[in-house]
Amino acid sequence: MTTATEHLNHGHDAMDHGWRRWLYATNHKDIGTLYLFFALAMFFVGGFMALCIRAELFQPGLQYWQPEFFNQLTTLHGIIMVFGAIMPAFTGLANWMLPLMLGAPDMAFARMNNWSFWLLPPAAALLLISLLVPGGAAGGGWTLYPPLSIQSGMGMDLAIFSIHLLGLSSIMGSINIITTVLNMRAPGMPLLKMPLFAWTSLVTAYLLIAVAPVLAGAVTMLLTDRHFGTHFFKAAGGGDPVLFQHIFWFFGHPEVYIMALPAFGIVSQIIPVFARKPLFGYVSMVYATCSIAILSFMVWGHHMFAVGMPATAQLFFMFLTMLIAVPTGVKVFNWIATMWQSSMTFETPMLFAIGFVCLFTVGGFSGLILSIAPVDTQMQDTYYVVAHFHYVLVAGALFSLFAAAYYWLPKWTGFMYHEGRGKFHFWWSMLWFNVTFFPMHFLGLAGMPRRIPDYALQFTDFNAIASVGAICFGLGQVFFLFNVIHTIRGGVGPAPSRPWEGGNTLEWEVPSPAPHHTWETPPDLATVQRGLRAQGLEND
Amino acid sequence: MLWRLSGVMALLLIANAKASGEFWTFQPPVTGIAQQIESLHSWLMLLILLIFVLVFGFMFYAILRHRKSLGHVAKPFHENTLVEILWTLIPALILLGMAWPAASVILAQKNTHDADFTIKATGHQWYWAYDYLDHGFGFKSKLATPRGQIENYQSQGEAKNPQYLLEVDQPLVVPVGKKIRILTTSNDVIHSWGVPAFGVKQDAIPGFIRDTWFKADKIGTYRGQCVELCGKDHGFMPIVVNVVSQADFDRWLAQQQARAKAARDDPNKVWTRDELLQRGKQAYEANCAACHKADGAGSGAFPALAGSKIANGAKAEHIRIVLNGKNAMPSWGTLSDVELAAAISYERTAWGNQADLVMPAEIRAARAKGK
Repeated sequence: MTTATEHLNHGHDAMDHGWRRWLYATNHKDIGTLYLFFALAMFFVGGFMALCIRAELFQPGLQYWQPEFFNQLTTLHGIIMVFGAIMPAFTGLANWMLPLMLGAPDMAFARMNNWSFWLLPPAAALLLISLLVPGGAAGGGWTLYPPLSIQSGMGMDLAIFSIHLLGLSSIMGSINIITTVLNMRAPGMPLLKMPLFAWTSLVTAYLLIAVAPVLAGAVTMLLTDRHFGTHFFKAAGGGDPVLFQHIFWFFGHPEVYIMALPAFGIVSQIIPVFARKPLFGYVSMVYATCSIAILSFMVWGHHMFAVGMPATAQLFFMFLTMLIAVPTGVKVFNWIATMWQSSMTFETPMLFAIGFVCLFTVGGFSGLILSIAPVDTQMQDTYYVVAHFHYVLVAGALFSLFAAAYYWLPKWTGFMYHEGRGKFHFWWSMLWFNVTFFPMHFLGLAGMPRRIPDYALQFTDFNAIASVGAICFGLGQVFFLFNVIHTIRGGVGPAPSRPWEGGNTLEWEVPSPAPHHTWETPPDLATVQRGLRAQGLEND
Repeated sequence: MLWRLSGVMALLLIANAKASGEFWTFQPPVTGIAQQIESLHSWLMLLILLIFVLVFGFMFYAILRHRKSLGHVAKPFHENTLVEILWTLIPALILLGMAWPAASVILAQKNTHDADFTIKATGHQWYWAYDYLDHGFGFKSKLATPRGQIENYQSQGEAKNPQYLLEVDQPLVVPVGKKIRILTTSNDVIHSWGVPAFGVKQDAIPGFIRDTWFKADKIGTYRGQCVELCGKDHGFMPIVVNVVSQADFDRWLAQQQARAKAARDDPNKVWTRDELLQRGKQAYEANCAACHKADGAGSGAFPALAGSKIANGAKAEHIRIVLNGKNAMPSWGTLSDVELAAAISYERTAWGNQADLVMPAEIRAARAKGK
């Protein structure tokens, strides 16, 4: 604490206090904190909805919710988790960590940064208020396929406006990340030597700038179809409902990687630190990241194998989708090669990173199976898909976020978290995550459609298991919240500036907690080069 | 741990190959396509199992042996061009081995030529309608599970049938060993027609016609469900196909054609009040009660009809809403004039409503004006 206080006292600009500090925030650390807390709150809101869904599906028959409300729950759960929890959490991490890791004093556009955060709470409010309007919230699934989404009430309009705001926020966040990474790196840190988290954030930001306007366009067309007499997606007026799917998935597939690439970056930071060995194949990691990003634009059709596209289109999308397995495989092999012949310890961030590699690989396998178009005929829109994307998004994106939280909590708060509790959180999450989602593979193989509030009797046992798993998994995340609060309030004691023996990136050069202002003068060349040498990025 | 994991995967594979226990793996395939899909899946699982053992083997070996607590010292190598090229090329070759057989199944799936006959499947909110285009008749196929089994909000509800949610009042009937072409389309939103045992899944898109096909090798009853989110009752629109012998099919066909002829309501018939209301109760319960409830109390977004302004107000407005739909309520224009007149008349007189009856001729007039 003393460091921070001293720093404040000789700070040149006065820092606002109370609510003004947060509402007028322009400091990248404050804004990062806002993003992270917002994401955490949304994670619990979306998670609560998931538990409502699993409660209904615990046994056959309709127990708690009318079917239309069940559809609203699944829709909001999807939208909130994607746009409210995972994406803001990654933006928050980028805000907090990029300037620290790159040796920059702040993000490039500090005031735009404030605005891009403060668009999020109204967007979330619109989504939640929509539960209360006549007709309820949007119930057409997070994909909002018309004509179903044209039918529903004003809840859909609120969802559309909310998506507009979220998109604006993402674009501004991306502009900030791109400018910061490209222009504000410390002297002596060329692009091909910056931390991989900066690389994946940069590529992700480009993806977002490319596709967020596409989504905005799609939902705007939906809005004009609903209220202004256009017929983009209405067959009666010459429109085509499938057109929406093409536009949506041209956004939606890259979106999947927007949620996966930063996770790759985080894991690539953490594994070498706890393996005490440089990351294997840095350059091929960068190439793999870029290849995945480029391929992600060409495979949207694999979400639509059942719409009746011609055989040539199916073949095209199938081959390209399978191809994504190659760069993704390179990444997994590189992580394993980093662990090979290393000297590993298993603190909580490392556990979550290894958990990520294991489960993301399983999600990759089921993705490969889904990429085979004829097999997809059996799996499309069944629980197999639900299992697949939760392995990628929960065990992938979310586990990497937990890893990042434990990894950087000492830097953020100045205190060490309780190691035993962190490990408990990992093993508990690992166990119940698998209990929840592994049975869904079997449900999907046997043919249970997704997004149904009630199911045939042969699906009973696996659904009951999944529901029990979900509730336990959810409780484990409340435990995480306590862990975080405990750490903020002092944890198990003050953290040194370099709590991890192998941490060689620039953020470990500043004190813990990171003072309000850091790198007001860029790190000197010797410091930067020492770090790069330790990461195997510069020869002696 | 590794052994246990690979044990689970091996079990999966065996179960897959034998196609036993249809509650946790593919339903037993009864068409050539479904069989090819299943063997494709088994082949993929085998490859994946091999890769899994290899990848996780290396990883867990490193995790168990190369740890600091065992005094293992890190060797700071961090690149090897040959290895990196190899593990890019080898997976690419493995992928080719997967793509080749998959492509041939795609081409077979897409070949809908030379069908023995064609059935049109139309998705409605929330049931399927089938038209035997070559035989000149059609029917609706609706969920047969009683509502009382579904709604256990307050208690356990009634005991559930073994085919709970997978049973319909009138299944699709097709002869065994014949190539059946299915045309799919929709009356309102996107639905999807799929029967896992046939290896068939095809979206039904309003305003467009798509096709798929199957040739069932085994007599039996096969069940599927709508697989595209289509609104409130998405979970309640099953697909049941009876595959029967050619002789049984011919007998059924003759019966259906005769019944279709007899069932056509005479448009010039003058209906008495009791006849119309009796017919109306039937039509209401088949089409309207799922949302507005049997006692007209309404639910969720669907307003109560008992005492409502519409059901007690002007005929024209009531007819307009039923014909065109409103908000979440779909258009009911696909019902016959008699069915519509009867259902509307029932709504206007039941549950204490006091309005006048509607005759089929009035529906016909309203339709003519609307067009």
